[in-house]
Amino acid sequence: MAENYVVEMQHITKQFGNYKANNDISLQLKKGEILALLGENGAGKSTLMRMLSGLLEPTSGQILIDGQPAHLNDPRDAKKLGIGMVHQHFMLIPAFSVLENIILGDEPTKGIKINFQKAAKDIQQLAAKYHLKIDLKAKVRDITVGMQQRVEIMKALYRQAHIFIFDEPTAALTPQEIKQLIKILRALANEGNSVIFITHKLKEIKEVADRCVVIRNGKVIDAVKVSETPEAALAEMMVGRKVNLGIIKQETDQSQKILKVENLTVENHGRLKVRNFNLTVHSGEIVGVAGVDGNGQSELIAALTGLIKSKSGIIKLLNQPLQNLSARQISQAGVGCIPEDRQNVGLILPLTIAENLVLKDYYHQPASRHGWLNYAAINQHGRQLIKDFDIRSQSEKEKAADLSGGNQQKVIVAREIAAQPKLLIAANPTRGVDIGAIEYIHEKIMAQRNAGRGVLLVSFELDEILKLSDRIVVMHEGQIVGELDPKTTTSEELGLMMAGKKPVMQKG
Amino acid sequence: MSFSTVLMTVFSTTLIYAAPLIFTALGGAFSEHSGIVNVGLEGMMIVGAFSSTVFNLFCAKIFGAATPWISLLIGAVFGLLFSLLHAVATINFRADHIISGTVLNMLAPALCVFLTRIFYNGKGQTPIIDQSMGTFTFPGLSKIPLLGKMLFTHTSLVAYLAIIVGIIGWYFLYRTNIGLRLRSVGENPVAADTLGINVAEYRYLGVLISGFLGGIGGAVMAQSITLNFSVSTISGQGFMSLAAMIFGKWNPLGATAAAIFFGLAQSLPIIGGYVPFLAHVNSVWFQIAPYAITIVVLVIFLGKAVAPAADGQNYIKSK
Ligand SMILES: Nc1ncnc2c1ncn2[C@@H]1O[C@H](COP(=O)(O)OP(=O)(O)O)[C@@H](O)[C@H]1O
Ligand SMILES: [Mg+2]
Repeated sequence: MAENYVVEMQHITKQFGNYKANNDISLQLKKGEILALLGENGAGKSTLMRMLSGLLEPTSGQILIDGQPAHLNDPRDAKKLGIGMVHQHFMLIPAFSVLENIILGDEPTKGIKINFQKAAKDIQQLAAKYHLKIDLKAKVRDITVGMQQRVEIMKALYRQAHIFIFDEPTAALTPQEIKQLIKILRALANEGNSVIFITHKLKEIKEVADRCVVIRNGKVIDAVKVSETPEAALAEMMVGRKVNLGIIKQETDQSQKILKVENLTVENHGRLKVRNFNLTVHSGEIVGVAGVDGNGQSELIAALTGLIKSKSGIIKLLNQPLQNLSARQISQAGVGCIPEDRQNVGLILPLTIAENLVLKDYYHQPASRHGWLNYAAINQHGRQLIKDFDIRSQSEKEKAADLSGGNQQKVIVAREIAAQPKLLIAANPTRGVDIGAIEYIHEKIMAQRNAGRGVLLVSFELDEILKLSDRIVVMHEGQIVGELDPKTTTSEELGLMMAGKKPVMQKG
Repeated sequence: MSFSTVLMTVFSTTLIYAAPLIFTALGGAFSEHSGIVNVGLEGMMIVGAFSSTVFNLFCAKIFGAATPWISLLIGAVFGLLFSLLHAVATINFRADHIISGTVLNMLAPALCVFLTRIFYNGKGQTPIIDQSMGTFTFPGLSKIPLLGKMLFTHTSLVAYLAIIVGIIGWYFLYRTNIGLRLRSVGENPVAADTLGINVAEYRYLGVLISGFLGGIGGAVMAQSITLNFSVSTISGQGFMSLAAMIFGKWNPLGATAAAIFFGLAQSLPIIGGYVPFLAHVNSVWFQIAPYAITIVVLVIFLGKAVAPAADGQNYIKSK
């Protein structure tokens, strides 16, 4: 044997009904290696990893762990073999404390009592070792997405895994948090652990991975050494065609003020989240709002779209006051929103694609008449948008829940853009979405700008903000702390300002 | 009647009526924390009341004064067996929890009255039991001035046992690893599954504990209040227990306190006779009161209370 593999997956096929999510996939993971698994949404990456962590059984094929055939019929089998997985959709219990979430299933006990002190001590040691800041006493429902991610990582660390699977761990993180995570990945690998890292961000692969396995449509396209493969080549392998990563901005008429926000103040659960906020969005302009998660972005969007009431201030859409109108009135006035949480806010997962596409229009003709839904019209509308927006699905009657993340996002984009809004608000529109879909969504947002509409883009992805925006404002603790020109600024400058540090003024 | 005697009567009747509700409400809390909605508590109480009464009538000669206490265990065991139906239906066959619970509630009285007719010469009710659970005066504690008379004289021993079970139940759910896992499958079974927690196993545990405690609840009712079994032995106490559990926010301690409150409501028809300024009120009002209070409490608190997140949701494991 030439090499010792920690994990060897041989000819794995996984079928759901007639559909092959994984088709004869083989891959090897070496000890101490960071292996990237690259593929578009729906390529079958999560399915493959769920088999490795004992949640799914392969239809055929076998898995070797440390050279021995492994029977992974149960997550407990995976745990015994030292496999830990950080899932794409967090597997946390909101009502439990962080500590309880971490130890659940492997609780240290004294008699029958859980030994919370010992657990806390052990976790704190791990936290210090890997520089993971977590508040053990907080309830998971009260903490930020970034912290939830750290809790998930801590769950795997706490179980003393030596094979770590990270399923799109960076999708929800801020740039600073991603840097932290990459440090953690390196630290894990340096201590002899092996890591499988799923992502579709090429930059991260370049930065951290040793090798990369590219999957498309359930099949392995290639396994390459990262250092020897340029980004463009990786992107092409993943998508199956040439990808256009840049974007060209055309001149637009920005004379009209579409959105004007003056002295807006918003409270959430008694806490002041947006303070005296002022912002203008012009026609044909994309204004990017950069900032670290939790600095009032969510509340700003909720107030603009009518989901929560503002405490004071003025919101105007082309001189029509919008503050504290209902969500429907605001939508009728011409505000479209791609919300940050597509599964809970953007879509109703158990409904069909066609039904989700008429959520803004179901109450009037042609979707309904006298309170009766006209399904012929609804489904026809659905088919049309599926075609126009390239939503990959079996039919318009497929449930939104069964779509991949990228296609779910396309459903929302289709619904909001088809309504021809005067102002489009996009909150992390490409979070957790693959390159092909990112490219597509960016094009659509750009097209709105070019058509003379106003776009407010709130994103934690600096690259996205820098690429799309005409103007960038930085939000910190509920206020705008600075405005930057994307043509001249750098992500370092932006990152510093997001952390609340004013740019250093030159003495003079 | 002296004031302290009135207080003693109020406290002891409240506790006597509260005891069955406490056990059953605790049972409900266990089931619902595991994610299985349990409207079948009424049925489980009926089975517990029936089996304990039959046992008492057959074996009082053998066990003497210990009979009612052993009867509680018999009621518990049969309640547990009966709750298996609910567990199998909801956990294995993914039936709707409300429908399965309702089936239990319809099945139990029919079955138990039918068996009563077979065992007792076609009569619809059993004879009165010989060995019942009387009142109890705590030696020592009852000597405490005022409090001793109020709380520890001619009172219900089994109610104090119920309160202790409530405290143990709280400790079990919130301080032990089995309790943590049981709650996890009622909050997010998918997450529990990824941690290797057997969702079905813990849900079985929750439902069977509820059958066990619901059976005790029914048995206490028969052994200390009605003293026989008939179709009206359990008349809504299962639902009151459910209401108490909700009122108590699914917390065993809260459920215990709420059950004591409902016990007070239940004892109103009796207390009413003793309390001077209530004596002239038509007793019909007192008889309606427990049910009316149950409905009002449910209407006010059901919306606000936070049930376990996955309560009532069947878990389908994909393989
Ligand atoms: N439990 C399941 N039942 C049916 N189809 C599934 C199931 N899980 C995943 N799929 C399908 O398999 C494909 C691959 O999904 P997934 O592995 O999640 O992709 P990725 O993680 O690469 O985005 C998708 O088309 C998805 O709809
Ligand atoms: Mg995935």
